Amino acid sequence: MKKLSTASKLYLVLVFVVLYAPIFYLIFYSFNSGGNMNHFESFTLEHYQAVFADSRLIIILINTVIVALLSGFLATLIGTFGAIGIVSIRNKKMRNTLLSLNNVLIVSPDVVIGASFLILFTLIGIKLGFTSVLISHVAFSIPIVVLMVLPKLLAMNTTLIDAALDLGATKRQVLTRVILPYIQPGIFAGFFLAMTYSLDDFAVTFFVTGNGFSTLSVEIYSMARAGISLTVNAISGLVFLVTILVVIGYYFVTNRSKHVSKEVQR
Amino acid sequence: MFNKASKGSLFPYTIWIAFFVIAPIALIVYYSMLDLNGNFTFNNYKAFFTPVYLKMTLTSFWYAFLITLFTLIIAYPTAFLLTKTKHKHLWLMLIIIPSWINLLLKTYAFIGIFGLYGPVNAFIEVFGLESKQILFTDFSFIFVSVYIFIPFMIIPIFNSLDKLNPTLVYAARDLGASSFTTFRRVIFPLTIDGVKSGIQVTFIPALSLFMITRLIAGNKVITLGTAIEQQFLVSQNWGMGSTIAVFLIIIMVVIMLLTGQKKGGRA
Repeated sequence: MKKLSTASKLYLVLVFVVLYAPIFYLIFYSFNSGGNMNHFESFTLEHYQAVFADSRLIIILINTVIVALLSGFLATLIGTFGAIGIVSIRNKKMRNTLLSLNNVLIVSPDVVIGASFLILFTLIGIKLGFTSVLISHVAFSIPIVVLMVLPKLLAMNTTLIDAALDLGATKRQVLTRVILPYIQPGIFAGFFLAMTYSLDDFAVTFFVTGNGFSTLSVEIYSMARAGISLTVNAISGLVFLVTILVVIGYYFVTNRSKHVSKEVQR
Repeated sequence: MFNKASKGSLFPYTIWIAFFVIAPIALIVYYSMLDLNGNFTFNNYKAFFTPVYLKMTLTSFWYAFLITLFTLIIAYPTAFLLTKTKHKHLWLMLIIIPSWINLLLKTYAFIGIFGLYGPVNAFIEVFGLESKQILFTDFSFIFVSVYIFIPFMIIPIFNSLDKLNPTLVYAARDLGASSFTTFRRVIFPLTIDGVKSGIQVTFIPALSLFMITRLIAGNKVITLGTAIEQQFLVSQNWGMGSTIAVFLIIIMVVIMLLTGQKKGGRA
């Protein structure tokens, strides 16, 4: 393979600089004792202290994490069993219909999902707040779990199941001892993605959240609309730190599961 | 393949499809035919075909087109060069990380960067030019959107370039094709699927994102998404909002068909 020319390297460096500059810009000014993002006065941690001293913000943070974990868990549960069910369908037409329906929410614009869920919740009579936000997050995370689990199921050799059944395993045992361990990496990837979808979502939550309940995205939006506040910068610093930690964690987990699956195949 | 009993596991999943995939679309279509008092009417559709809404749809389209175009122009060479680097997957990871930072935080950063006293204006002043308001312009809206979509465009293109068999490129070169011809006749056609998925994940959100227009473009740029949000949450006119949503769904389906792939090759 040829080495990259200087111009190519320069181009890549430029793209990376542009991608990261706004993020580091935010974090840099989160340590600014002056109240703006234009002029750095002196180093301070007061904005971080402000985040942790603001009990309302802390509650919102906890809400966001709870919604992400809970919706990730529920979506993984429904999605995994849904994927197993889809694979068990023999009728090709029905299977393809289900798969297309599965992808509708993935490609739909957030605004449309949010608006239609708002109508739905109002009609059914679900009060806007924690419940409606949780249900919507579960709803839009299910298809991504299915998409993560399905390839693992399709790659699975069905003779494994036949063998287990021949050896006298019950259906329950086949599920817990054969199928689930085999598709475990897909389930974890699905759960992880469902959580990031939930943490990242703004538009859908914005539509279905009532007055009393708020997640971090919605809160940042209302703070940003009010103008510049270095508390938001401090939040960005924290979010960036957590993201990096999660990336490193995820990297190790997937690397480990790759090794494990390789050993299983041997 | 799998035993019949596992069909029972489909139950919660089908409930989900009924309530959260089929019902919402049906409700949007139903509400689009209701007026403010809940009476049946086609007035919303009539209103949509007036110059006000048609112009808005066209400008929204134009912005989405420009955003997608610029994103593609920047993302394709980046993806191409990334596949040539030594630790390409590590570099790709570094491209993906910014996409995980909350979109609102990134948008918020630009309120500061493009602000009247922000770094961009400070830079302009160095050249003796007068500082001016960059926020709340078409330029800032397009720039921020392109910035946000770049990683999402790079990922599918990178994947399709990565799958490309390099011997095909060598063969083309051996047969005397110039590097430009090789790119035009071999590399680009073979990676068109990645480009199509990239366009899908950029164009549709570009039509519908409303937080960027609200925060960066003030109320100057109105996209279909902004209009829906406005009708639903500000004017409380769900009928009109649903009508715009119906058209957004139709546009989405058309784009899916245009950029559809024979094999379901999602990255």
